[in-house]
Amino acid sequence: MDGLVIQLQRQLVDYSTSLYKEGFLDDQFKQLQQLQDESNPDFVVEVVCLFFEDSERLLSELSKTLSQQNVDFKKVDAHVHQLKGSSSSIGAQRVQRVCIAFRNYCEEQNNEGCLKSLQLVKHEFSLVKTKLEAMFKLEKQVLAAGGSIPMH
Amino acid sequence: MEACNCIEPQWPADELLMRYQYISDFFIALAYFSIPLELIYFVKKSAVFPYRWVLVQFGAFIVLCGATHLINLWTFTMHSRTVAIVMTAAKVLTAAVSCATALMLVHIIPDLLSVKTRELFLKNKAAELDREMGLIRTQEETGRHVRMLTHEIRSTLDRHTILKTTLVELGRTLALEECALWMPTRSGVELQLSYTLRHQNPVGFTVPIQLPVINQVFSTNRAVKISPNSPVARRRPSGRYMPGEVVAVRVPLLHLSNFQINDWPELSTKRYALMVLMLPSDSARQWHVHELELVEVVADQVAVALSHAAILEESMRARDLLMEQNVALDLARREAETAVRARNDFLAVMNHEMRTPMHAIIALSSLLQETELTPEQRLMVETILKSSNLLATLINDVLDLSRLEDGSLRLDIGPFDLHGLFKEVLNLIKPIASVKKLFVTLSLSSDLPEYAIGDEKRLMQIMLNIVGNAVKFSKEGGISISAFVAKSDSLRDPRAPDFFPVPSDNHFYLRVQVKDTGSGINPQDIPKLFTKFAQSQSLATKNSGGSGLGLAICKRFVNLMDGHIWLESDGLGKGCTAVFMVKLGIGGRLNEAKIPYASRAPVNHVWTNFPGLKVLVMDDNGVSRMVTKGLLVHLGCDVTTVGSGDECLRAVSNEHKVVFMDVSVPGLDIYEVAVRIHEKFSKRHDRPLIVALTGNTDRVTKESCLRVGMDGVVLKPVSVDKMRSVLSELLDHGVLLESQ
Repeated sequence: MDGLVIQLQRQLVDYSTSLYKEGFLDDQFKQLQQLQDESNPDFVVEVVCLFFEDSERLLSELSKTLSQQNVDFKKVDAHVHQLKGSSSSIGAQRVQRVCIAFRNYCEEQNNEGCLKSLQLVKHEFSLVKTKLEAMFKLEKQVLAAGGSIPMH
Repeated sequence: MEACNCIEPQWPADELLMRYQYISDFFIALAYFSIPLELIYFVKKSAVFPYRWVLVQFGAFIVLCGATHLINLWTFTMHSRTVAIVMTAAKVLTAAVSCATALMLVHIIPDLLSVKTRELFLKNKAAELDREMGLIRTQEETGRHVRMLTHEIRSTLDRHTILKTTLVELGRTLALEECALWMPTRSGVELQLSYTLRHQNPVGFTVPIQLPVINQVFSTNRAVKISPNSPVARRRPSGRYMPGEVVAVRVPLLHLSNFQINDWPELSTKRYALMVLMLPSDSARQWHVHELELVEVVADQVAVALSHAAILEESMRARDLLMEQNVALDLARREAETAVRARNDFLAVMNHEMRTPMHAIIALSSLLQETELTPEQRLMVETILKSSNLLATLINDVLDLSRLEDGSLRLDIGPFDLHGLFKEVLNLIKPIASVKKLFVTLSLSSDLPEYAIGDEKRLMQIMLNIVGNAVKFSKEGGISISAFVAKSDSLRDPRAPDFFPVPSDNHFYLRVQVKDTGSGINPQDIPKLFTKFAQSQSLATKNSGGSGLGLAICKRFVNLMDGHIWLESDGLGKGCTAVFMVKLGIGGRLNEAKIPYASRAPVNHVWTNFPGLKVLVMDDNGVSRMVTKGLLVHLGCDVTTVGSGDECLRAVSNEHKVVFMDVSVPGLDIYEVAVRIHEKFSKRHDRPLIVALTGNTDRVTKESCLRVGMDGVVLKPVSVDKMRSVLSELLDHGVLLESQ
């Protein structure tokens, strides 16, 4: 079934290239992939899963905090900062960018801006999550077909 | 006649005569029988008679004589032959015994006579012993009195009480009529009556001291009998009776200086008091020897007691004086402290107050210099700048000196580049020297170490001061600076006889000589040079500015560095050489912290892997933490992760070689953690290197990180290659030269 492997591999490459092109991922993600080796075969998946968990927690916290009567912008800023850090660590570029804008609104103590940013962040997050999950599924298929993940 | 056997008496019997004889014989016999009986009776009564058996003999003799006479009674008439025989026998016996007794008596009568002489002798002896007993008893009494008197006298340390008690007790013991004490007056020419027992004389009466009787008493330490009519023995006139005998004795008045350990009392004391004792005038008493002795002993004791009292007075006075002095000194000390504090406060305030406007003036003048100015204006501005610089230096000097004098100045010891320091001095002085057309040469000896440990800044200050002076006072020629390591034979300098430098394994003595060809110094002025504010006339030219503090400050710095500084000059116009020696630590290799950034080329060898390198990662963002960990694990490190500053401090140990701290997370006091890590590991080689990972490398963050003692700053995101080179550089140089 070589052809399947090559086909799947090509699919994977195309997919990930598109992710980079669309700005969902940046170079940092490549670095992460470089860190994966025999001693650490599931490194990337682990990090990304952790990112998903962490971010989901942060987003729900943000929703709670922003829905209150007197918004504690410091707390909001802290959460957003964390989110920014995490996303930049794995290379989720678009999420990171939105976080930067979010922080500006926090500094200005702009409630509306923050809410809007929150929506944006949630949106971007769900996007990147879907994409990454799809990519992982493709990788699994490649591996299942007996191929190896191509490095780039 | 019939022939009978009777014996006829010799003569015819005359009746009367016979009768008388008859009666006499009878009585004789009676007496002769009764005497022994009496003897026996009395001898029995007295037990001691030693010649008993002689008495027996005597008794026998008497009895026999009596018997003879008794038997004789029968011979007056016709008696039978038996009676004659008995009579004869008795007579013979009597003769024998009486002869024996006579012979015996020859022996014993001399003995009996000598008993009598012995008895007389013993009686005399007994009388003598009696007399002696009496004497001893009186002496014993005297002794007791003396002891009691002494006790009384010595039980007080008050002069008056002593003297009064003496008189009272003496008077009582000896049953005196009057007892008086005459003390020498202050002038020493008179004796004044100071104390009397019964106040028979007015106190305050004086007699001149040169009276013969007084001299007589003063010349011996025995009690002297004096005439009752002498002026010292005044008493209430009671003309009826014979005045009692008077005795006077001297009482030495001793001073502290008189007490010699070997002979006491020292006869060189010139002051005596006179004690006069008078017996009651109506008694026929005489002064007995033992009484005189008593008086002498008492006089001695009084002398001692008085001297003790004097000593006590003296010591109390000294103590009071000392206490006063102490109080005064304490006050003076407190005042001095207040003054010093006031001065320091003043200086501190003036420091700030003076420096602020100075800075303003200097800064603005230099700014003004940069603008467009006419030549006149430029000249004016330059003058302003020069003057204010001078003033600033003066202020600094004064403040430095005051801190130096307080001893509150501490040297900033650290490793520095010794050769570099000299070169910098040279660079700084060259422009000024060349303006004056002076040459400057520098020669460093070959064994001068490259690096040393000491106070770089102050050493520079010393050098600049000395070289500056050399330039200032030279109009032509040049300055030559030479530096070398002082060897032990050249360490001792005749000019500095009490300077004993001792080089050791860790230290060496740097010797610097600055020779100039300037105006020289008068050798007489040399000692004054290092005194602050002193400037000799010849030096105080218009050109020389400064307060005269420079050399004084140099000297103090040099002293702080365990060194010595001096100037030599052959005279005015013959130039001058300044030499100083300071102790520096052998610096050897420069270790991690103080590499000057510019001068070291980084070693370009990069490691590929760091197996087993223990690293601690601190980051409160889980994802970021995991990524960094993965990065480091990929490079082979043994990574521990912590999520907070506290955890970091707890986990960090000297096994960790590097600690990565994520700085971009707010709320974590990264800086404090870095400081604490520094505190925890006092030895440089124990401490892990601290690197900050941050998303922004603006200058503020970088400076803050470096200020708390971090060894490097890395900009996120970090790639594998970047991390690799970061680690390489950390391990090679111990510091990141540029943040990447």
